[in-house]
Amino acid sequence: MSNSSTSDLLKPFKLKTKQQELLIRVSILCLVYILAFITRLFSVLRYESMIHEFDPYFNYRTTLYLTQHGFYDFWNWFDYESWYPLGRIVGGTLYPGLMVTAALIYRLLHFLRFAVHIREVCVLTAPFFASNTTLVAYFFGKEIWDSGAGLVAAILIAVCPGYISRSVAGSYDNEGVAIFALLFTFYLFVKAVNKGSLAWGLASAFGYFYMVSAWGGYVFIINLIPLYVLVLLITGRYSMRLYVAYNCMYILGMLLAMQIRFVGFQHVQSGEHMAAMGVFFLMQVFYFLDWVKHMLSDTKLFQEFLSITVTCAVAAGGIALGVGVASGYISPWTGRFYSLLDPTYAKDHIPIIASVSEHQPTAWSSFMFDFHILLFLFPAGLYFCFKRLSDATIFIVMYGLTSMYFAGVMVRLILVATPAVCLISAIAVSATVKNLTVLLRSKNKVAQIGSTKGTSSAKASSKASLDQSQPFQKNGAMALLFGAFYLLSRYATHCTWVTSEAYSSPSIVLAARGAHGNRVIFDDYREAYFWLRQNTPPDAKVMSWWDYGYQITAMGNRTVIVDNNTWNNTHIATVGRAMSSYEDEAYEIIRSLDVDYVLVVFGGVTGYSSDDINKFLWMVRIGGGVFPVIKEPDYLVNGEYRVDKGAAPKMLNCLMYKLSYYRFGEMMTEYGKPPGYDRARGVEIGNKDIKLEHLEEAFTTSNWIVRIYKVKPPNNRW
Amino acid sequence: MARTSSSKENAQALFHSLRSAYAATPVNLKIIDLYVGFAAFTALIQVVYMASVGSFPFNSFLSGVLSCVGTAVLAVCLRIQVNKENKEFKDLPPERAFADFVLCNLVLHLVIMNFLG
Repeated sequence: MSNSSTSDLLKPFKLKTKQQELLIRVSILCLVYILAFITRLFSVLRYESMIHEFDPYFNYRTTLYLTQHGFYDFWNWFDYESWYPLGRIVGGTLYPGLMVTAALIYRLLHFLRFAVHIREVCVLTAPFFASNTTLVAYFFGKEIWDSGAGLVAAILIAVCPGYISRSVAGSYDNEGVAIFALLFTFYLFVKAVNKGSLAWGLASAFGYFYMVSAWGGYVFIINLIPLYVLVLLITGRYSMRLYVAYNCMYILGMLLAMQIRFVGFQHVQSGEHMAAMGVFFLMQVFYFLDWVKHMLSDTKLFQEFLSITVTCAVAAGGIALGVGVASGYISPWTGRFYSLLDPTYAKDHIPIIASVSEHQPTAWSSFMFDFHILLFLFPAGLYFCFKRLSDATIFIVMYGLTSMYFAGVMVRLILVATPAVCLISAIAVSATVKNLTVLLRSKNKVAQIGSTKGTSSAKASSKASLDQSQPFQKNGAMALLFGAFYLLSRYATHCTWVTSEAYSSPSIVLAARGAHGNRVIFDDYREAYFWLRQNTPPDAKVMSWWDYGYQITAMGNRTVIVDNNTWNNTHIATVGRAMSSYEDEAYEIIRSLDVDYVLVVFGGVTGYSSDDINKFLWMVRIGGGVFPVIKEPDYLVNGEYRVDKGAAPKMLNCLMYKLSYYRFGEMMTEYGKPPGYDRARGVEIGNKDIKLEHLEEAFTTSNWIVRIYKVKPPNNRW
Repeated sequence: MARTSSSKENAQALFHSLRSAYAATPVNLKIIDLYVGFAAFTALIQVVYMASVGSFPFNSFLSGVLSCVGTAVLAVCLRIQVNKENKEFKDLPPERAFADFVLCNLVLHLVIMNFLG
């Protein structure tokens, strides 16, 4: 009786092997999807659901504008609240993909009657797209190798710190959506090359369009794919499928990309896009010659035809390229991308690019921190790819090698290398585990075959020798498998630790450990911006260094002079000059710009080290780059940057110094140290008796991190 | 003397063999080739016109030329997929190839109409 009831219970679960496998795969993918989302939620749980850092505030402000005013007003928006008095053509100078995506999700949720605020949608957009990236990684891995590699790739990319760093909840930036678009475009293109179908080529063109609308890093796609086609042509792996896929994607992708106003005509005029066009023409010539060769039966005639055509084509191409470059019609590589090929270029010529910390070359520790075991699984995966070369594996090898080179040049580009590293490492893991498990299972099969075979002595002796070596092989395989699983579990632990400790801080809210181990929160930035919002006239103009511009316009809702877009170097240099001059000269510049409030960030009381005094030398350099009256050696003593008694006199009396250290001379910051001890620099300041003539202190936050000064009107004349 | 006559003979032989080989292609492929030639010729006319009167507005010129080049390239892709001699595409039904061609052309011309300005 009990037997039949248990078998009745188990009957619905009696699945064939294929269905069991499908169930396991789908459940793994669902778990990975949820994992990728929840591992990015640390900062939402610890602080609150808010936007992090600087650039996301601009994206948030534009998304807010889009949802309130509709797409037409957004596309034609001229923003007069930033870059006073120049203004900014927002519609033509941003990548709209991220904002349109968030607005669409917001509208969809409202259509389903979920009344969420747009800020919640913005905060959670990046984790949502990270989950989608894991799905794309699964399909990509399946395309390159097999479904096992796809599953491993999905789980590796779900927790990889290189990707998490730019896609945590609250990091509402272009990269959160762009990496999904990048991997999706590559997957669709590889699928198109494998199938040779126009429909998949069209899909990859749409994927490329989404990438162009989302991020300026689309230049990587439009250069990697022609390079890949060139490699295939040179190694003789060309086929008709390649022609169909590349041409469909290039023409339709280029046309779609030119619909984004920020990109404009760059696909036909900029040097960075010329490789794609060159490969396009090369393909036409190449396949035309191939067709003629197929039609002609006589090889001698074909050789002549070949030589004539090749010389004509090369001459025509060379002349066109030469004329284009020489006449300036084809613009050379812009500074941002040229500094990838020549890393020393930015330091000498464009200080603004060199000053961003994300643009510095990568240290080994960053690689280890962001990749962990993937770093040595990457060469192993390359070995497996080279063993089984196909169109798809050649692509992933090229993507991996080029992106690793660029990741070595610029820290920020570790993000672009992450999907390639995860995919290639997944191939290594999947192939190794597969080989090991085959070894584990093969012992039973060989024993069976040996027993059912004939009983000749030779076969019996061979069977005996096999049986003797089997146990060691099996034990070795078990040990290696346990080692592999141990490594993967250490990887998961490391990734979660890194996410929790390093990549989940909002940057706008600072946290520290108090004397008793309790957590102390510094919310000074938002305190200052809300003070601005509530206590200043609506048309007040605020001058600060460009780092804080986006946050001031988004949260303080006031006009700023310069912000993070950094499109006008002279305007930023004007602000830099004002900050580095004596108070009288600075007052003239301030009056000419109509400034009402000046905002500085000061970390001397809390020991916060990313304040304006530490950034001051960059202000001097950028200001001095445009106005030669500002000379960097004036602010240094023997080449050393000091703020104590031995500092340069120009340093002790410049506007930035005065605004940072006003009234600081009476402040006791640390027990046992004299008043006026700067905790961020670790010295006692030199000029404690500061008097301000043209500005007065308006507001200082509770921990002295943000200080706002009001500009006094000029004195009455008699 | 002998070399030029031999190169002339070579050119003539080349031309004749090409002509005879091309005559052997099926009629439907020749129709597609005619369409490709027409599209390329239209693109050439547009470039000549741009060279004579100037390139403003540039987006209109680009959309005109790229529509011709795009439809020519898509027709060549169709020809590749329909050609019986290509082993890679032997289990792709020609109706599917034509449907893909129509879909891609539809997207191409929709984008062109947005870009014409």
